[in-house]
Amino acid sequence: MTTKNEPGKTYLMQGNEAIVRGALEGGVHFASSYPGSPSSQVLGMLGHIAEDQGFRAEWSTNETTALQSCMGASFANGRAICIVKQNGLLFHGDTIHCGALGGVKGGLVIVSSDDPDSHSSTNEFDSRHMAVSANIPMLEPASVQETKDMIPYAFELSEELEQMVLVRVTTRICHGRGSVTLGEIPEKRPFTPIGLWDRMVGINWLHGFLLEKLERAREAFEVSPFNHYTGKEDADKLIITGGTGMKYVQEALEEYGADGEVGVLSLGCLWPLPEKLILKHLSKASKVLVVEEVDPFLEEHISAIAGKARLNVEIQGRADLIPPIGELNPEVVFKAVREYLGVEPKCCGEGCPAMEGVNIPARELTFCAGCPHRASFFILKQALRQEGHKGVVMGDIGCYTMAGQRAGQYGYHFMSCMGSGISAAEGLGQLTNYGFDQPVVSLCGDSTFFHSVVPGLINAKMNEANILHIVLDNSATAMTGFQPHPGTGQTAMGFDTEKISITALCESLGCRVWRADPFDVENTKNLICELIGMKGLKVLILEQPCATLAAKTREKKKVWVDTDICRGSNCGCDGYCSRVWGCPGNIWDFEKNCAAIDEVVCVGCGACASICPSGAIKVEGGDA
Amino acid sequence: MMTNVVICGIGGQGNILASGLMGSALVEMGYKVAVGETYGASQRGGSVMSHLRVSDDVERGVLIPHGKADVVVAFEPVEALRILRVYGNPETKVIYDTRPAYPLGVLIGEDEYPSLEDIDAEIKARSSISYPLPATEMAVEAGNAKVANILMMGALAALDEMPLGPDDFFKVLEQNFHGKALELNKDVFMVGYRHIKEGGVK
Ligand code: SF4
Ligand code: SF4
Repeated sequence: MTTKNEPGKTYLMQGNEAIVRGALEGGVHFASSYPGSPSSQVLGMLGHIAEDQGFRAEWSTNETTALQSCMGASFANGRAICIVKQNGLLFHGDTIHCGALGGVKGGLVIVSSDDPDSHSSTNEFDSRHMAVSANIPMLEPASVQETKDMIPYAFELSEELEQMVLVRVTTRICHGRGSVTLGEIPEKRPFTPIGLWDRMVGINWLHGFLLEKLERAREAFEVSPFNHYTGKEDADKLIITGGTGMKYVQEALEEYGADGEVGVLSLGCLWPLPEKLILKHLSKASKVLVVEEVDPFLEEHISAIAGKARLNVEIQGRADLIPPIGELNPEVVFKAVREYLGVEPKCCGEGCPAMEGVNIPARELTFCAGCPHRASFFILKQALRQEGHKGVVMGDIGCYTMAGQRAGQYGYHFMSCMGSGISAAEGLGQLTNYGFDQPVVSLCGDSTFFHSVVPGLINAKMNEANILHIVLDNSATAMTGFQPHPGTGQTAMGFDTEKISITALCESLGCRVWRADPFDVENTKNLICELIGMKGLKVLILEQPCATLAAKTREKKKVWVDTDICRGSNCGCDGYCSRVWGCPGNIWDFEKNCAAIDEVVCVGCGACASICPSGAIKVEGGDA
Repeated sequence: MMTNVVICGIGGQGNILASGLMGSALVEMGYKVAVGETYGASQRGGSVMSHLRVSDDVERGVLIPHGKADVVVAFEPVEALRILRVYGNPETKVIYDTRPAYPLGVLIGEDEYPSLEDIDAEIKARSSISYPLPATEMAVEAGNAKVANILMMGALAALDEMPLGPDDFFKVLEQNFHGKALELNKDVFMVGYRHIKEGGVK
């Protein structure tokens, strides 16, 4: 991402980069975030440029602390930006409501990235409802250029209204690239001292002011440059879009030769809705199609506007022409536009020429080559099986969420939101005092531990839980791209900070703590069996750095299969390593009918050597 | 003019980086470019694809409609087929790395990986022309398996559909790489470029 002050120059930029550039052009003083896809790269990029550009960027322990820190910076008239994903926005629900009541001084912008189709999420929650509930203004860009332009606009608006502003983006914006023409990077504005009687207090007597601010936002939105109308004036057929919908709709209308006859109102200002602008077009139309990401948000609010104005207009969208779940894409939008217009499909070429094809295998996600989670879940499954335990495993959110699939031996029974595993386990474990007869194990990663497991652990300790809690400590927020967290000793701006030790923290609460290495398969398995048999709260920390991180710092061991020893599917193990272990580096040589190591993929962790019952996999050299 | 290219492979092969560099080179030349990326969380062996859309007048949405790819560049044979079936049409050109990467289901023995002959036959039948090329091997020979992605960009640039030449791509390489890495990237780009210009190995 360029930090050059060269207004007018055009670059290809990713949406996430555009958020960074927008913050810079908006004169940002303070930025904070907890990583979450699809916007997890934003703060890392801000961290890289923060020192040079004279602002503060930091990874927060969780999204709530991130937003609260921004509120502090705003109090001194600093401009602050908080970047989260949809779950993060929900996580700071209380903060956003109380914060909105109290208002802001310096511009405060929250960017929330939604993940329709849940490409890298467990859900496709729609952030937009939060703006309605908290009574704050909300914007959504339709292109990468608008993403960049919207951030400085949101800062200005936030200061004018003395209210935080939400910018909703989606995966296709964050991970899409488009041309962006740069604007100017301003000088940083000085802070304003906080006077004896200055206040930022969220209290109910401000409720009326809160609503007044919203009305002022509506007036600004009536004339905002982020709402566009294209196509025929006074069109009888009107398509209303938000976010990514606009470009799909334009392409679909061109495809069916209808771009002259239909009006397209693309809204960038989503809450409060610019009612006059909408009514101006809505009152001329008899048939409306609404195209938006995930929930029928615009559809329902526009229906309400039409109803109040007693318009006789048919409004379609997620309720009928577009599936009620999932992401917008050209197929969904082309089909909806076709049905809306009543035209026949063209031969799209898909599956053309129609023919039988060979069977192609699915490519399911798995842990990276050398990932310690593969070993951890392998061991856990073995331990549970070996002891004949009917153990119940309560999972959490992180890379290890994938353990629910084959990659992790279908490793857990329960998974919900960040930090939920340990507390759900606590509740379940209590039932063992009342006749429930299954051992309870909960899991979390190191980043999740700091994010929201700590209160659960304290709760488990106070209530004398009967569980084994395992921390999969891979020294990274690996899922989202290795952002620092309190246990890594690093910060977003590259400075060192004192590491917080998970072991010491647990011990300080009076927990019994064990530590083990998941690559030491046999010993760790025995330890887990022992701990499962023990009463009370036990904490086991499985320490082994994330493979991708380790590959960067460690010298690679040479790993190979001794084909004299491995007789593959003839040796009785029936290809045990490939069949059960499933590391992408540990492949099968179909010609020789024995195991092999793919040198390009293998990171040389050596773990597969310890699971081969014949000792056919050899390891040599490298660091331990 | 409008060219739609799908660049696909599996996580960790660098196809997102490659499509970003290609897109930047085209923006520098004044084209309107949109790039869409589809991948799961982080980099873990799933299918990954980028959509590169180049036009001289409008910036399109970041996704290519089904059946509308002019070119498919695949870093893996089965991925070439998977994408071609959905995004291809009889006019589509295909460039693919012939080195298979076995999915988990194949390693475990539940699924079967089709023979390279069968894959090649179906790709041929579904496209106007196809270029199988041992890109990873060629990259290893040149010095590093990781630069296979740049080699593939060289091969892509050699097609008439792409309005750029080696010098245009080198400009962007020079902004992103230095020293030995820059030289290596330029070298493998030319290996891919020449391979296609000379008609490829059928
Ligand atoms: S040593 Fe074995 S387990 Fe480790 S990365 Fe290589 S193949 Fe995978
Ligand atoms: S390497 Fe070991 S586990 Fe794998 S197939 Fe050969 S003998 Fe069996």
